[in-house]
Amino acid sequence: MKGLNEIGIYKRIGLKLTIVVSFTAVIIIGVYSYFNIKSQNDVLLSEVERHVNQLSETVKNSTRYSMLFNERDQIQETIMTIGKDPTIYDVRILNKEGMIIYSRKQDEIGQMLDKKAESCYACHVENKPLEKLPMKDRTRIFRLHPDSTRIMGIVNPIYNEKSCWQSECHAHSKEATVLGVLDVSISLQAIDQQLKDNQIRVFILAIVSVIAIGLIIGLFVKKWIDKPVKELVNATNEVALGNLNYAITDLGNDELGYLAKSFNKMISRLDETRLQLVQSDKMASLGRLAAGVAHEINNPLTGVLTYSSFLLKRTKDNPQMQEDLNVIVRETIRSREIVKGLLDFARQSTPKKHQVDINDVIKRAISVVNNQLKYSRINLSTELNEQIPKVIADANQIQQVCLNLLLNAIDAIGTEGGSIDIKTNLTSLPPKGNTQIKSAVCLKNHNLIYKEFKIGGLPSIQLKIKSNGVEGFMNLDPVYGNDRHFFGINLSKNSSISLNCPTCDISLIDKNEKCPECGGPIYKITIPNQGYLTGCASFNDNWQRWEFIDRGGDRQFVEIKIKDSGCGIPQENIPKLFEPFFSTKGQKGTGLGLAIVWRIIDNHNGTIDVESEVGKGTIFSIKLPLV
Amino acid sequence: MKEEFDILIIDDEQVVIDSIKRICDINNYKVDFALDAETALLKINGNNFRIIISDIMMPGMDGFQFLNELRNKNIDTPVVITSGYSTIENAVRSLYSGALDFIPKPFSFDEIISIIKRCIKYSELTNPSAKNSSSIIYVTCPAKYYRLGYSCWVKELNDGSVNIGATDIFIKTLENIQNIEFLENDTMINQAEPIVKLIAEDGTINQLYSAVSGRIIESNQKILSDITLLEKDPYFAGWLYRIIPGQLELEMSMLTPCSSDR
Repeated sequence: MKGLNEIGIYKRIGLKLTIVVSFTAVIIIGVYSYFNIKSQNDVLLSEVERHVNQLSETVKNSTRYSMLFNERDQIQETIMTIGKDPTIYDVRILNKEGMIIYSRKQDEIGQMLDKKAESCYACHVENKPLEKLPMKDRTRIFRLHPDSTRIMGIVNPIYNEKSCWQSECHAHSKEATVLGVLDVSISLQAIDQQLKDNQIRVFILAIVSVIAIGLIIGLFVKKWIDKPVKELVNATNEVALGNLNYAITDLGNDELGYLAKSFNKMISRLDETRLQLVQSDKMASLGRLAAGVAHEINNPLTGVLTYSSFLLKRTKDNPQMQEDLNVIVRETIRSREIVKGLLDFARQSTPKKHQVDINDVIKRAISVVNNQLKYSRINLSTELNEQIPKVIADANQIQQVCLNLLLNAIDAIGTEGGSIDIKTNLTSLPPKGNTQIKSAVCLKNHNLIYKEFKIGGLPSIQLKIKSNGVEGFMNLDPVYGNDRHFFGINLSKNSSISLNCPTCDISLIDKNEKCPECGGPIYKITIPNQGYLTGCASFNDNWQRWEFIDRGGDRQFVEIKIKDSGCGIPQENIPKLFEPFFSTKGQKGTGLGLAIVWRIIDNHNGTIDVESEVGKGTIFSIKLPLV
Repeated sequence: MKEEFDILIIDDEQVVIDSIKRICDINNYKVDFALDAETALLKINGNNFRIIISDIMMPGMDGFQFLNELRNKNIDTPVVITSGYSTIENAVRSLYSGALDFIPKPFSFDEIISIIKRCIKYSELTNPSAKNSSSIIYVTCPAKYYRLGYSCWVKELNDGSVNIGATDIFIKTLENIQNIEFLENDTMINQAEPIVKLIAEDGTINQLYSAVSGRIIESNQKILSDITLLEKDPYFAGWLYRIIPGQLELEMSMLTPCSSDR
């Protein structure tokens, strides 16, 4: 599979997202800037226009008297003075014929202007003189040549008035309308510079925004997408390599976080399914093995048993020999039972139960290993409570359990010597947390026990669950009072939940009763011949009640404790301890001993627990129910 | 002159043959043996064996095929099946396929000898040429009864429980039953699992295999006070246990209806 690093950089979501967002930002900033600069430009130009107009009026007014008195030098002087302002490009007055008669630039005086010149164009656009020029048409922006700065010019026509043609100089006749034009032009260099600066600022802003957006998006994409995706890819690779114990660490509550959670859930389901597959596979090969072993061993055993039992008949007058032969016969019959047990284990058949004195069974098991104990220099101490009542059990199977555990203890101690303590006692445990729910049905008598999904190694109770319109399966913990339930769908708090039979869809919610702890709805499941199991159906608390079992009070167990001073079991091996073919003894063991022990104890409705510390020893405690 | 044999042993393990032979010798039965079923069939053609003891797993033809072959050839010599792979399935299948009895390996002296004696007796009872066959009064297995092989019958009662007991022919193969040992109530039993020990006059302990599995709820205590009930009325007053069957429908397929006997 391709690693994440092999994805081309241009194919990555982060970069794509950055590009798309940056592009959008550039468009937004561009459009905004365009209109912004345009309006700025308009405002500035209108301001300049107003200013130029004002200036033009000022020139016109300040030269008025000089004109009336025909003081030409005075006019030129005024124009020169006003024209000193650096922003003013030119101030000039043209006469009717188009000749420049006054100008800031003295070398211009006397020049004739064409009707198409910038100063004349506004009025003479249609090749005939205009007599009244509207205010807005008086200004114009032009360049002298393409590379020069922009210039704003304003033409201010000087109209004939009474004082003009009545003036002493008689320069103008009464009929003339326009006497000349005052042409003021101002350089727009400063404004253009300002506009250009603005454009550069906007451009820099755009670039900085794009970079900032890119960095911020990149950073969060890395944090929110890259890292979780990398973790997910890593997890799928781990799973692909066969590590089904891999769990993704919490990736938060976003979509990828949920993906990670459902991934974890999927992997744990996969792991359970695989374990079950492995288990059934092992069981199948164990069955074949058992068949072969049984056939091969039972034939020689037939010889041993028939000849020894035959000899037993023939030596009735020899008590010593009778005793020895009895041992042979007895132990051969036990071998027969062991082989049968192996077959029974492979086929998971029910034990043959009778009233059994556990202490007797233990004593018999000890007698079998007595020689080995002496040889391994193991000090065996027993503390058997003679008061314990008899248990309904298969004596041979329980003896085998004790024998297997004793042999394991001897192996664990090795040749250095040590001690084994065996204790029996009567204990009682509350029903909650210690009672397995072995059968459960809905109101229409459909089985709810689901063997394919195990919780704590026991078949769970499978129900159909509906919440917020989502439908799925949930599995109730099969141990009364425990709440290791599994939910196939996501439950949100305080949402209404319906529980139904997976077969017939009948509701399992009991509407007549409420959870005494949270007041929520409760479910009610029929336990055949053993009343009903009720529990909180909102799963906000783990309230459960099974009156039939509670009424019986604490359950009594006979407890067998076998403690050794051996090498101990590493913590990581304890969960695998009872699996078939798990062995730490290498070639010496078959890996079946403890699997058979577990199967036998389970068939007796009992429990087996292990406590162990490496280097100090191990304690196996078996609890067999009295009833 | 050709030697007449009583018993034919078929097993691919010499030690098993030797063991059975040794036991038979003591009881003065003449024994022949075969290491596979094909050879055995040849030997049966030339001999009139009283009983046959056969293994299941053998090279070539296995024990079940051998039983089929006998039935096809209309040979009604009683067969005892023995097996090292002594599962309930094998036991049930053997009895259903026509074996008179089933004995798991390894067996003790007492176990094999009681079965051999019983089968010899059976062959005497059913063989018309036997000298005292005319004196036997048959009590036939009633209709609506079912049986596992030839030994155990089962009858459904109205309340869902069943009665089981021993067939007349099984009882007649035992010489004067002296004592009976029942299992305790509430014991779980499997199909083809031994349920009673019948101790005969000659000291042999005879096991009866259950026709069905289930939980024992009652055993017939009247038999303890009057053991002849078994012989006098094996199908009614001589019932052995009342049982709540575990999987009657499934197990029925391995039972033979008594109505087919007529």
